Amino acid sequence: MMAEFENADAVLEASKKTYAAGYRRIDAFSPFPVHGLAEAVGYRKRILPWIVLAGGVVGGLAGFFLQYWVSVIELPLNVGGRPLNSWPSFIPVTFECTILGAALSAVLGMLALNGLPRPNHPVFNVPRFERATTNRFFLLIESRDAQFDLAGTRTFLESLEPSEVMDVEK
Amino acid sequence: MADMTTKLPVGGASTPIIEPGHTYGSVTNKITSIVLSGRTPRLWYVGIGIGFSLVMLLLVALTNLLFTGTGIWGLNVPVGWGFAIINFVWWVGIGHAGTLISAILLLLKQDWRTSINRFAEAMTLFAVACAGIFPLIHVGRPWLAYWLFPYPNTMGVWPQFRSPLVWDVFAVSTYATVSALFWYVGLIPDFATLRDRSKTRGKRMIYGILAMGWRGSAIHWYRYETAYLLLAGLAAPLVISVHTVVSFDFAVSLVPGWHATVFPPYFVAGAIYSGFAMVVTLAVPLRALYKLEDFITAQHLDNMAKIILATGMIVVYGYFMEAFMGWYSGSQYESYMILNRMTGPYAPQYWLLLFCNAVVPQLLWSGKIRRNALVLFLISLVVNVGMWLERYVIVVTSLHRDYLPSSWGMYSGTIWDWSLYFGSIGLFISLLFLFVRFLPMISIFEMRTLLPTSGKPGK
Repeated sequence: MMAEFENADAVLEASKKTYAAGYRRIDAFSPFPVHGLAEAVGYRKRILPWIVLAGGVVGGLAGFFLQYWVSVIELPLNVGGRPLNSWPSFIPVTFECTILGAALSAVLGMLALNGLPRPNHPVFNVPRFERATTNRFFLLIESRDAQFDLAGTRTFLESLEPSEVMDVEK
Repeated sequence: MADMTTKLPVGGASTPIIEPGHTYGSVTNKITSIVLSGRTPRLWYVGIGIGFSLVMLLLVALTNLLFTGTGIWGLNVPVGWGFAIINFVWWVGIGHAGTLISAILLLLKQDWRTSINRFAEAMTLFAVACAGIFPLIHVGRPWLAYWLFPYPNTMGVWPQFRSPLVWDVFAVSTYATVSALFWYVGLIPDFATLRDRSKTRGKRMIYGILAMGWRGSAIHWYRYETAYLLLAGLAAPLVISVHTVVSFDFAVSLVPGWHATVFPPYFVAGAIYSGFAMVVTLAVPLRALYKLEDFITAQHLDNMAKIILATGMIVVYGYFMEAFMGWYSGSQYESYMILNRMTGPYAPQYWLLLFCNAVVPQLLWSGKIRRNALVLFLISLVVNVGMWLERYVIVVTSLHRDYLPSSWGMYSGTIWDWSLYFGSIGLFISLLFLFVRFLPMISIFEMRTLLPTSGKPGK
């Protein structure tokens, strides 16, 4: 079940109240990032930064050891009397690979955690929802929520003073 | 809060970055209508016509190059590096402003970047695409260019990782990838807006696929912002490293005039300088063509002009240092090189470059000029020419007088060199015109955040 709001503060306030009322399977939708909204709907796990760190470390190590393997093991060449493992000249490529690994894991990690691409989702069945990407804000309580009850939840959402309350069909 | 967008007198310290009276809906309408309304200004056709004709020139020149070989260029024995590297450095430099605007200004919380970052990022991608042509074709047999990458092969050979030219392969390909990711991630929520506002099924499908099912969930936004911020944090050192590596192509050699420690910072400043000039060159006509004065205000022009002035001064410091080190090094070759640059056969180009990059930008000290779109546009064109000449002077004057007078020579581009250069400009123009026609050139969701959040919503 979904409630529509006209501005960011209203949906933020409503999300906090909904969470406080004991609803857990909730989500809010907004046309731009609203600070505090993710926390208000109960978002706690923040693992993306760790994925990015891991991606960067893996990228950097892979970059360095690729060069090490090529220059020391696979094709040892004496260039101007430098040691085979002339690591200072391997730094630029190591750096670039670190950035590449971290950037790819940031984007792919974000998409994977968000479950995207996912072209279809029940919220799109609500005709008015297309305004969520323009100028309207929505609060969703899923029917899977332990506290969900068709009449009770509607009354509760209406008490939050939204501009409209709608049923979302699966 | 509504006061935030009250219009202040032009020329005041805080001209708004969005003109007053806009709502979430009106910002969205204004930007999406450029893409969705289907009403294309007549000048768009003129622009893409010019760009497309030059692309045809590029294709002719490339075909001739592939059939005949690099002998059609003006290269000769002392000057073995010509237009290919000049154009490459010029284009990569232009590309730097996009990432700088989107990453570094984001980290510095410069709100005014929002109206210009999208097309500056697009400009970066297209400039890097143009830049990529030149190293690819200058290898002589471009169909073997994949030899630059480390992969197991039957020849049993690998790239030489101690060479700056291999560093360049990694730096530029990483840069192209990360710029594309950054641009695409920024576009996802706007694709969703376009999907939801498209009237026809075809458009809805295409933008829907590109939006990947974005629905603006709070948790998604949270991860999205984290990812975007981290990408910005990664792109900021990347952009510095890329032009540093480009300058290593020169500085790691022992050629007089190239072997200098000032090269990395001087090149990075030059890149930002030329990039911002190109952003102005593009922003001024686009703003007039699509009537975007509400979003790209005099304040934006003013800020960009200040960055051009500041980085221009760093570049001038670089020129000064080159001359100073020529004398101070006590090296006969270094001092001869700089003297020859100032008084030799390429002196006109050198002094013209100083006029373009050191003298003309001084006009930007005046606030009136910074806010005058037309004058700023003309200055930006002069800067673009100046930065191309800079690379020309660096490459050609150092090479054309080799260590022994018996191996001195002269260099000038042939008609094919110029065709490739103007052809790449055509490719850039065409891609840019296609971009403004089919994608939102201003980040819609970020513009919404600039509006006071408690502002009255509405149509």
